[in-house]
Amino acid sequence: MSGVMKRMGMIFRAKANKALDRAEDPRETLDYSYQKQLELLQKVRRGVADVATSRKRLELQLNQLQGQSAKLEDQGRKALALGREDLAREALSRRASLQQQVSDLEVQHQTLQGEEEKLTLAAQRLQAKVDAFRTKKETIKATYTAAQAQTRIAESFSGISEEMSDVGLAIQRAEDKTAQLQARAGAIDELLASGALDDQSGLGSKDDIQAELDRLSGGTDVELELQRMKAELAGGPSAQQQAIEGGAQGNGQQPQAPHRFDKQ
Amino acid sequence: MIVRIMGEGQVEVADSHFPELNKLDDELLAEMEGGDEEGFRRTLGALLDAVRRLGTPLPDDALEPSELILPAADAGLDEVREMLSDDGLIPG
Repeated sequence: MSGVMKRMGMIFRAKANKALDRAEDPRETLDYSYQKQLELLQKVRRGVADVATSRKRLELQLNQLQGQSAKLEDQGRKALALGREDLAREALSRRASLQQQVSDLEVQHQTLQGEEEKLTLAAQRLQAKVDAFRTKKETIKATYTAAQAQTRIAESFSGISEEMSDVGLAIQRAEDKTAQLQARAGAIDELLASGALDDQSGLGSKDDIQAELDRLSGGTDVELELQRMKAELAGGPSAQQQAIEGGAQGNGQQPQAPHRFDKQ
Repeated sequence: MIVRIMGEGQVEVADSHFPELNKLDDELLAEMEGGDEEGFRRTLGALLDAVRRLGTPLPDDALEPSELILPAADAGLDEVREMLSDDGLIPG
C-alpha cells in the first residue's frame, strides 16, 4: 500500500511518537504504568468481592429455602398423623416446588463458586505480576537516575555543561588579556631600549634641566681645557695641577651658573 | 486493519477488502499528484463509501491505534497535499 491512506497513517504515527518522545520521562511512564496496574488489580479484587457477596446471598437463600422445605415436610408428617392426607399432599407438593428452586440455586451457587475461585487465582497472579513490576520499575528508575547523574558528572568534567563552559570562557578571557598586557609591556621595553620610543614616564629621562647642566659641564670642560693649555704654555706641571684643581673647585662656583639657573 | 476517517471515527476493515480499497487509494494519490481536483473529490468519496460499506465501525470509546488514515469527506486537494508535505499533520 503506497497511497494516501498509508502515507497519512505513517505521518500520524511519526508525529505521535515524536510528541511522546519529547514529553516522556521514562520514570514517570513507569510510575503511570504501575498506577494503572494497581487500578486493574483493584478492579479484579472488587470483582472477587462482588462474586463472593453474591455467593453468600445465595447461601442465605438456600438456607432459608431448605428451612422452609423441612418445615413443610414436618407439616406433612403431622397432617398425616392427624389423618389429613389432603393437607399432607399440599404440604409435600409445596415442598417439591421449593426443592426445585433449591436445586436451581445450588447450580448457580456452584457456578459462582467456580468464578470466585478463578478470579481469586487471577487476582493472586496479577498481584505477583504487579509486585514483580514494582521491583523492576524501581530498578529501572534507579539505573536511569544514576545514568543521568553520570552524564552530568561527565559533562562537568569535560566542561561541556553550560556553567562550566562559561567559567572556562571567563578564565580564557582573563588569560588572553594578561598575555596581551605582558606582550605589550615587553614590546614597549624593547622599543624604549632601542630608542625608537620616547619614555614618557619621566623616569631616567633627560629633561631640559639636565640638558642645561650637561651643556654647562660641557662648557666647563672647555674652560678647564683652555686653562690647562694656558698653564702648559705658561710653565711647569705644578702650575698645571694647580690650574686643574682650581678649575675643578671653581666649577661649582662658576659665576655664570647661578645666573643660568635663575633664568630657568 | 483499523482505518480512521478523519472527523468520523474508526472502522475495522477485513484484510480481504484491501485490494479493492488499494485501487481507489492509488487512484486518489495519482489525482492528487496530478492536481485533478474533480477526480480527487470523486475518488475520495468512493473510497470513503467503500470503507464505510466494507468495515465495521469501532465504538467511540475504543482505544485502538489506526494503521491507515483517510482525510475527511470534505477535505480539499490542497488541504490533503499540505497534510502530506514534510511538515505533516501536527506542526513541529
